[in-house]
Amino acid sequence: MSAATIVSLPDQSTARIPKMNFLTKENGLLSWLLTGDHKRIATLYLISITFFFFIGGALAGLIRLELLTPQTSLMAADTYNKVFTMHGVIMVFLFLVPSVPATIGNFMIPMMVGAKDLALPKVNLLSWYLYIIAGCMVIYTMAAGGVDTGWTFTTPLSTHYLNTHVISTGLAIFVAGFSSIFTGLNFIVTIHKMRCPGMTWFRLPLFVWANYAASILMVLGTPVLAITLVLVVLERTVHIGVFDPAYGGDPILFQHLFWFYSHPAVYIMILPGMGVISEVVSTFSRKRVFGYTAVAFSSVAIAVFGFFVWAHHMFIMGISNYAALVFSLLTMLVAVPSAIKIFNWAFTLYKGSITFETPMLYAFGFMGLFTIGGMTGVFLGSTGTDIHLTETYFIVAHFHFVMVGGMLMAFLSGIHFWWPKWTGRMYPEKISQFAAVVTFIGFNFTFFPQFILGTLGMPRRYAAYPPEFQALNVFSTAGATILGVGYLLPILYLTWSLKYGEVAGNNPWQATGLEWQTQSPPLTENFPEIPIMDHEAYDYEWLERQQEKEVASVG
Amino acid sequence: MSDSTAISNSAAADVGHSHHGEHPPYQRHHFETVEQQADTTNFAMWLFLLTEVMFFGGLFTAYMIMRNWYYPAFVEASHQLNIGWGSANTAVLILSSFTMAMGVWSAEMRKKGMLVLFLSLTFILGLAFLGIKSIEYHEKWVKHHVPGLHWSDASFLNPASDPEVHKDYPGDKPLQSDMAEKTQMYFFLYFAMTGMHALHMIIGISILGFMIVRARAGAYTTGHVNYVENFGLYWHFVDIIWIFLFPLLYLISRH
Repeated sequence: MSAATIVSLPDQSTARIPKMNFLTKENGLLSWLLTGDHKRIATLYLISITFFFFIGGALAGLIRLELLTPQTSLMAADTYNKVFTMHGVIMVFLFLVPSVPATIGNFMIPMMVGAKDLALPKVNLLSWYLYIIAGCMVIYTMAAGGVDTGWTFTTPLSTHYLNTHVISTGLAIFVAGFSSIFTGLNFIVTIHKMRCPGMTWFRLPLFVWANYAASILMVLGTPVLAITLVLVVLERTVHIGVFDPAYGGDPILFQHLFWFYSHPAVYIMILPGMGVISEVVSTFSRKRVFGYTAVAFSSVAIAVFGFFVWAHHMFIMGISNYAALVFSLLTMLVAVPSAIKIFNWAFTLYKGSITFETPMLYAFGFMGLFTIGGMTGVFLGSTGTDIHLTETYFIVAHFHFVMVGGMLMAFLSGIHFWWPKWTGRMYPEKISQFAAVVTFIGFNFTFFPQFILGTLGMPRRYAAYPPEFQALNVFSTAGATILGVGYLLPILYLTWSLKYGEVAGNNPWQATGLEWQTQSPPLTENFPEIPIMDHEAYDYEWLERQQEKEVASVG
Repeated sequence: MSDSTAISNSAAADVGHSHHGEHPPYQRHHFETVEQQADTTNFAMWLFLLTEVMFFGGLFTAYMIMRNWYYPAFVEASHQLNIGWGSANTAVLILSSFTMAMGVWSAEMRKKGMLVLFLSLTFILGLAFLGIKSIEYHEKWVKHHVPGLHWSDASFLNPASDPEVHKDYPGDKPLQSDMAEKTQMYFFLYFAMTGMHALHMIIGISILGFMIVRARAGAYTTGHVNYVENFGLYWHFVDIIWIFLFPLLYLISRH
């Protein structure tokens, strides 16, 4: 790789982190625990979700270790059920759903729209406390013996046949759901009402559009999950209910209500990631995102279509053939806006001045892996192939390609991209590029074999498997150890960079967003005075003129 | 709280620079104008109510499907509800919506005494609703009609089996066994839906209590009516839920 880079840092011998910023404004634990500052709440969220990510990751490690051999060698089959359930619950509800919105979104959306804070700072803080309560309830569940229903809580398994801690987990997710509702509500209100003068809807960065779409899903979908879990808890405590056939209930009704949230939930997880990719791809190819309007509306289209595809999780559960047909067709429709995004990013790269800093490497990882994850989703959306592939490792590989290969890559891309803004310091470039490549390689080693295992017919959610599947499982486990290294590295060097990283200055990437036109780390109120947006988004010529003006005035 | 320090800071800064003129004390630091603040919190409340619609939507869906499955049992079980109490409660709630609306009006007109009066009336009417609801719940308990906790099929198969109760409800007819069993589903949904509604009433009444105390101290009548207005939206919403529950649970099967 040549030395081509867009990074421009201030002279390190004289550069200092600004004395007055949101981190130094107030000191002491209480100033953090009672803060209304969206940037501090984002920081709290970042620490908490990283904590739960490593718990979930450790559980994933246990799963892969168990699957190293065909027999149940490391743990009993019951324990294995609990381990993969807790892995799913933690990763979905405590990591992926809040990952980008509650951290990067919380930090950047008010800055990107030119506001001093989110519209409802106290509600924002409440959302973090709800998240922590939910996290404590999940930890209690694990300590008390765990739950083994799978993260989907399928009735009547969860209400009738099992005696693990379904109630505490269900209530934990109920609470986490309200945390997510409040985040989404806050974003929508902020984007509608808090934009600075000149910031029209079509001047918003695409990251804001993507989070807006995800927020719609949070606000409309999550309450349905909440009431569904209330009904499950009532069914377990009062022994009467609408889901258990023994009481005259309908288990398919549970599936409908559960997936009415949980399908849109995968778009809650992926859309903010797509927003990150739009920002990163534009910045590191020095070009306006190709087809801005199309990308903006494709986010909204994904949100809208996302509400009408849920029954594709239920093709083998006894819904009518006609329903399966319609939902299959609608599922194919979601591929259209997703493809619009991928193609538009590709066209943004075309003839751009591309450089390969770490965020861009992760973004490339996202585009490749998300495309594979998305395409295999089409296999699963077609009723015929779904009946063969569902409940096998093909499903596992598919959603890990989208959620881990897609979302986690986007999250890491975003964290590296905005790290200098957040902390005022750069992460070390070489080792982080190395980590990005290690993650990509480890990921493919881990999950690509699972596509093959799935087509060969290995079912998911079993601790033991026929010996002929062992070779591919060993591959997968070996890949998981590489992946583990890829995730450990960032936590080490990012922590290191807090003290020893180079001083970043206002705008190390020469990016155009409003968040880059102020000091890093920002002031508590973000901008010295409310900015006025007088140019389109991703206008690199505007940025150049700005810099010329500055040079002229200094000279 | 750092918010409040931020408020006082920005207020202090404004006095220093006086670039926006005087900010009223209730304007939060991150809003440019009071109008923006009012607009924003109002919009947030509407969005919150939208999430509530989705929340209750799950219950209404379950009701719709179960009613289709067990239509005759739902009709019979619905006849067990006391339409008099139900109507009385509907009237109480509609009246409370009126007093709430008057409360918002008094806040806007800056009439402190009337605000306290109307908020207190709303508070009392809310409690009256819960009182009547608990009479109804009690009746269900006595008749063994509380699924899961206090239930007997016998009370439907042969209402006369418990003469103590039957003498108060001589009109109850015996049902066939499969139908008696399915009435459980109706009563489960009845308790889930009215219970969830009652929970929202309890939350509303608690906030009302807090608001009455604040209103007596002079809050809300200085031009800052946001809080009262948004709470009013919540209160009317909870009423509207009942306006749907009442016909679906009490009236729909009476011919």
